[in-house]
Amino acid sequence: MRIWLEKQRHLIDFTLASLARRKTKNIGLLLAYTLLVFVLASLTLFTHALRSEATYVLAGSPEVILQRMVAGRHDLIPPGYLDNIGRIRGVQKKEGRLWGYYYDPVLNANYTFMARPADEVADGHIMVGNALARERGLDKHNTISFRSYSGKLFTFEVSAVLSPDSELLSADLVLLSENDFRSFFEYPAGHYTDIALSVANPQEVRTVAAKLASALPDSRPILREEVLRTYQSVFDWREGIVLTVLAGAILAFVILAWEKASGLSAEEKREIGILKAIGWETGDVIRMKTWEGLLISLTAFLLGFIAAYVHVFHFGAAIFEPVLKGWSVLYPKFRLVPTVDGLQIATLFFFTVFPYTAAVLVPIWRAAITDPDAVMR
Amino acid sequence: MRPSSLALGMLAVLVTACFLIFGLVSRLSVEDEQKLNANRALVEKLGLTDLALFTEARYTRHPTQADLHSALQDHPGAFDHFPSGSLLPPPALLTQSHAHLAGKTTSPD
Repeated sequence: MRIWLEKQRHLIDFTLASLARRKTKNIGLLLAYTLLVFVLASLTLFTHALRSEATYVLAGSPEVILQRMVAGRHDLIPPGYLDNIGRIRGVQKKEGRLWGYYYDPVLNANYTFMARPADEVADGHIMVGNALARERGLDKHNTISFRSYSGKLFTFEVSAVLSPDSELLSADLVLLSENDFRSFFEYPAGHYTDIALSVANPQEVRTVAAKLASALPDSRPILREEVLRTYQSVFDWREGIVLTVLAGAILAFVILAWEKASGLSAEEKREIGILKAIGWETGDVIRMKTWEGLLISLTAFLLGFIAAYVHVFHFGAAIFEPVLKGWSVLYPKFRLVPTVDGLQIATLFFFTVFPYTAAVLVPIWRAAITDPDAVMR
Repeated sequence: MRPSSLALGMLAVLVTACFLIFGLVSRLSVEDEQKLNANRALVEKLGLTDLALFTEARYTRHPTQADLHSALQDHPGAFDHFPSGSLLPPPALLTQSHAHLAGKTTSPD
């Protein structure tokens, strides 16, 4: 074992000396390789972290949201509709929700108004999301006026600003009492925006949705799993767009690496010829070149991955942030919780380290089995 | 020092750093765990269904609650009108809002 290890170390020494002879070329390749891994790993880490966070927090959203459709569009839930649902087995709780949008010309942004029970928000008071408070310069006990769609001016006192940690969910949120909500939007009495249902057994959700759809043909049940799937798709879409944009660069690198790895220069061929002439076996030459491929690709992968981790979780993915996050007038500030998908990183490892190492071997093997005299000529 | 010792040492450091990263992310910090749980509790309490990323329109603020195919509601194949469908933000100059007067006055405006 010791002899084998010592042999490998000598091979690495020799490989490094050989790489140092073409220093500029190899450092350039290492940098390009590291940069490519860095870009791909940043993309993977960022979208995975966003997806995981969305999946984790939205797992608490209602099991079923029931909307009423009129002429293919979302409409208000009329009085008595909640009772029509009746007693469907498995439904633990049903609750009419009141929420809507308000366009604020001061910020040129839309807010989401949501009614809460009187014990949470008193009449004349509101609770606001942190991004909204930041942009409008609001703090606890400040007052703010909104002109309703009917033209009347409503003044509210801010009773609380929601936690900055929840900005990803509550950036534009305005929580107000049911009375205020109904008078602000002149919502007809007894009407609701939609209905939230909670189902005790997750395996019954689809059955409950099917029963609802058959009992109320004008309704559209939206399941929690659909909510989660939507966010998977949204971030997959953004990741896909960036990958498409990067496809040219990835292909250019593949060509560069392939050309470097598979095409042997005359100098390299002569080197192999000399090694064979002084007694190296074909296996030794191949082992030496395997080390060369491994040292370059492994270093590039590890450096690229570590740099990507630091970039995404310590610098907020500053380079790709505009593309991956998108933008909006009232955009939340958020810090992602670090998470790494082992499978995605393993896939990245497989597609970056293995092809290069393999591409190095084929021409070397071909050169190594030919007669040294012919190679050196 | 032999070049191989240097190279293998460097690789060992990098591999250790990678394992440290995997070790770090396998266990959430108390702060992160609290943040995630608080957010989940907020979602449960308020019955939220969406992330507040893009607030411009119904179908961008609440993509899960929007009409089916709402991004194409003008005509099939229509592009999004809103930034959620774009890749880069406009220059900061174009998105500057008015001066913040709210909150500075004691009486409502």
